Amino acid sequence: MEMNITRRQFLKLTGAVAATLAVVELGFDEKTVKAKSGELKISKLKPTPTICPYCSVGCGILVYATEDDVVYTEGDPDHPINEGTLCSKGTTVRQVYTSPNRITKPMYRAPYSDKWEEVSWEFALEKVAKNIKESRDRGFIEKENGVTVNRVDNIAYLGGAALDNEECHLLQKLFRAGLGLSYIEHQARI
Amino acid sequence: MVIGANPAENHPISFRWIQKALDKGATLISVDPRYTRTSQMANIYAQLRSGTDIAFIGGMINYVLQNELYPKDYVVHYTNAAHIVAETYSFDDGLFSGYDPETRSYDKSQWAFETDENGNIKRDPTLQHPRCVFQLLKKHYSRYDVDTVCNVTGTDKETYLKICEIYGSTGRMDKAGTILYAMGGTQHTVGSQNIRAYAILQMLLGNIGIQGGGVNALRGESNVQGSTDFALLYHDTPGYMGMPTTVDPTYEDFLNRITPKSGFKTNFPKFFTSLLKCYYGDNARPDNEFGYQFHPKITNGKNYSFLRMFDAMYRGEIEGLLLFGSNPVIGGANTYKLQEALGNLKWMVAVDLFETETSAFWQKAAGKDPASVQTEVIFLPACSSYEKEGSVTNSGRWMQYRWQAIKPKGESKPDLEIVHMLARRLKDLYKNEDTPAARPINALYWNYGDSDHPDIDLVCREINGYEWETKKQVSGFGELKDDGSTACGNWIYSGFYPGDENLAKRRDNKDTGMGNFLNWAYAWPANRRVIYNRASADPTGKPWSKDRIGIYWDEAQGKWVGNDVPDFVATKGPDDPTFNDPFIMQPDGKGAIFSAAMNEGPFPEHYEPYENPIKNVFSSVNLNPAVQLGDKALNTAGDISKYPIIATTYRVSEHWQSGIMTRNVPWLAELMPYMYVEISEELAKEKGIKPKDEVIISTARGEIKAYAMITKRFKPYKINGKTFHHIGMPWHYGYKGIATGEIANRLTPHIGDANSTIPEYKAFLCDIRRA
Repeated sequence: MEMNITRRQFLKLTGAVAATLAVVELGFDEKTVKAKSGELKISKLKPTPTICPYCSVGCGILVYATEDDVVYTEGDPDHPINEGTLCSKGTTVRQVYTSPNRITKPMYRAPYSDKWEEVSWEFALEKVAKNIKESRDRGFIEKENGVTVNRVDNIAYLGGAALDNEECHLLQKLFRAGLGLSYIEHQARI
Repeated sequence: MVIGANPAENHPISFRWIQKALDKGATLISVDPRYTRTSQMANIYAQLRSGTDIAFIGGMINYVLQNELYPKDYVVHYTNAAHIVAETYSFDDGLFSGYDPETRSYDKSQWAFETDENGNIKRDPTLQHPRCVFQLLKKHYSRYDVDTVCNVTGTDKETYLKICEIYGSTGRMDKAGTILYAMGGTQHTVGSQNIRAYAILQMLLGNIGIQGGGVNALRGESNVQGSTDFALLYHDTPGYMGMPTTVDPTYEDFLNRITPKSGFKTNFPKFFTSLLKCYYGDNARPDNEFGYQFHPKITNGKNYSFLRMFDAMYRGEIEGLLLFGSNPVIGGANTYKLQEALGNLKWMVAVDLFETETSAFWQKAAGKDPASVQTEVIFLPACSSYEKEGSVTNSGRWMQYRWQAIKPKGESKPDLEIVHMLARRLKDLYKNEDTPAARPINALYWNYGDSDHPDIDLVCREINGYEWETKKQVSGFGELKDDGSTACGNWIYSGFYPGDENLAKRRDNKDTGMGNFLNWAYAWPANRRVIYNRASADPTGKPWSKDRIGIYWDEAQGKWVGNDVPDFVATKGPDDPTFNDPFIMQPDGKGAIFSAAMNEGPFPEHYEPYENPIKNVFSSVNLNPAVQLGDKALNTAGDISKYPIIATTYRVSEHWQSGIMTRNVPWLAELMPYMYVEISEELAKEKGIKPKDEVIISTARGEIKAYAMITKRFKPYKINGKTFHHIGMPWHYGYKGIATGEIANRLTPHIGDANSTIPEYKAFLCDIRRA
């Protein structure tokens, strides 16, 4: 017999089966059963839907997070592309957050120095803005053969294929329309 | 047919759907230099030497024409096969007419169509005229006979003929064939023409615009579609409208250049004026060309692409580099040289989740003496995709929203916030200046809230577009105006946020028909899932196939209906004199089998890679004649006498691109911990290499160490009477992160395609020896 059920219903069904087994195993002690099920790390967490950050198939992922930790991630069973499944990269997306190697503070490497130093956001942003302005003011090309070009060729920009659309929009708006950079490129070119 | 891609490993979840098609009786063909896991799942596998796609597909085009497998109705009505080409067009020994060897470029006006006294293109619907596109196509590819093709590609002749026969059978209009490609197609000096060849074959077989057809790019990064749509590329502006250059001194000059006389692009003035309004707000007025002069103009004809950027950096012309999620020391070509180029920078800004090899290029681990590197480096920690909110656009142009699940880790921040904070500080630095440099940044409209935390909803609304005065959202690009009364960040996305609902957030997963899921998220343009869908029905408006209904004309309702959003005004019937051509983005509405837009000729022609194992068999021209060679210091090439082995690069399931995210994920690092090179049993025997031996791979650019993986997946090639070995290696590794290994792209040549300038990572020459 072929059962026509959705993945959601399937999960509910298998959940019911698991609960029945647990009841048998634990000798019908309702309190213990409740306590055990309460221990599920995600039982009190709401899933947040996201899209996988890796390739462009666009699979849905559900993220279960507390205030300061990502507890669990899984394929989104409601997503029409992956229907709950994920590849090895999508499956391990939780560790993008939990990886001990994440950089969590701005860092600065002075000219000729052999090390990074942790710095404040304010220090880092001021440095970046000042560098951009100094180079830009030196390299700004107002006219070329009599044509107004308002362009900057001595600062280059790279990146964006993993960023959000809204971010890409603001990046090109600032760096092209605002600052006039000609060297604006990203991964689509390589 | 999968060619130049390996979805089973690189887009695993897409392969679920291929598997479902196989279960329903579809045939899967895999064409690849290596017997991949996709090949393993395929009904037919064909071995193809890296860099010979045009020969392979050209032979298929020839087969389809010789055996008359094409649907004539589709080809005559929907493509430019019947157009008559001017007498100035010719092709002789690898070169089309109009070639200038000095500039390595063509005078493309010699490839024009013949027009009548009213300027209309002359056509011959019988396809008999000797200069009609169809006959020229036939003549061009008659040289691509099966023996010559297999001699060049190294494919077994019997397998090749079987593929021609089976794929050619999709020329019946009750059948569909799709071509899936990825970087195996594009990363060549003839990359763009590889994809053109796929497109020509698909148009010839009536496989474009129909459900289950198409030329489908399997894109490798979650939003490389979106980042391209938003023109993070030197030659374009959002929505593919082209970039102002020095030949466009005035806005009128620019609009005249980008706006054709017919076709949908006649609307460009509305879209570009709305873009300028989005950029410069009240500083974009009718009396100042809508702020056009604030916008930069690049030098006409100058190439500012990735490769040329590093040429300029190597020459010391660039002071500063901003990297937002980019790691070119791993992902660029000939990266020993790129690392040298980085040392010429005064400053670098790297925005990323993890310490990248590029941000660390000055360290001892990179082979540098830090005390000799002048570059000041600022690293800004970004947060990951689910620590912020925003949308990404997938390979199918689905714009899908990602909600925030947790606040950014530590002090890391969304890129949106980082660019916003920078813009605020830069505007502040310039606000009291009235210099030429200060004017554009002072004029820039930047209004996303008064704090360092931008309001993303305002950004979304701006992308969609709104009436300037009332700030009321437009319902789509049809409402955009050329008088400065509307602002819109990207016309192709206009319509995703028509009122109070951001449609990218929709989660109704009911299949509305043909797997189009029209109420799930949003697809640009206008929520259309298959573009050029007019071609899914015959010229009278009936579906070509009852099993594959895209859209069709419903006489009773007087409009086009079906499973998709029509590509045009839905009430314009099949007899409407103002509309009948599916390929609406072309001025003539016809699919371009013949295209004068390409830099190396209207038809794809086989040329050998930059580093070629044999002389070109098809002509005396070895390298694509329109390839620009770039700076001599970076474009070093090797010779077959010294580097006798053909090499390519590829990716694995467990790592992603330059590896900086996945090599820092413990489980993935454990699954795929080491850099290796895959070689055939035959080559291993010849060189005395055993499994897990450390070997050295060398090219004219340098050498790297890797572990030997000896497999049956590579086989020696018989090409033009000689035997060649072919090897491959992943390019994800570097010296940072948990899983480390040497950098494959230290080996690859710094030369790019003649149209896109994408580097030729996929075909080069090397040698290999035990370490």
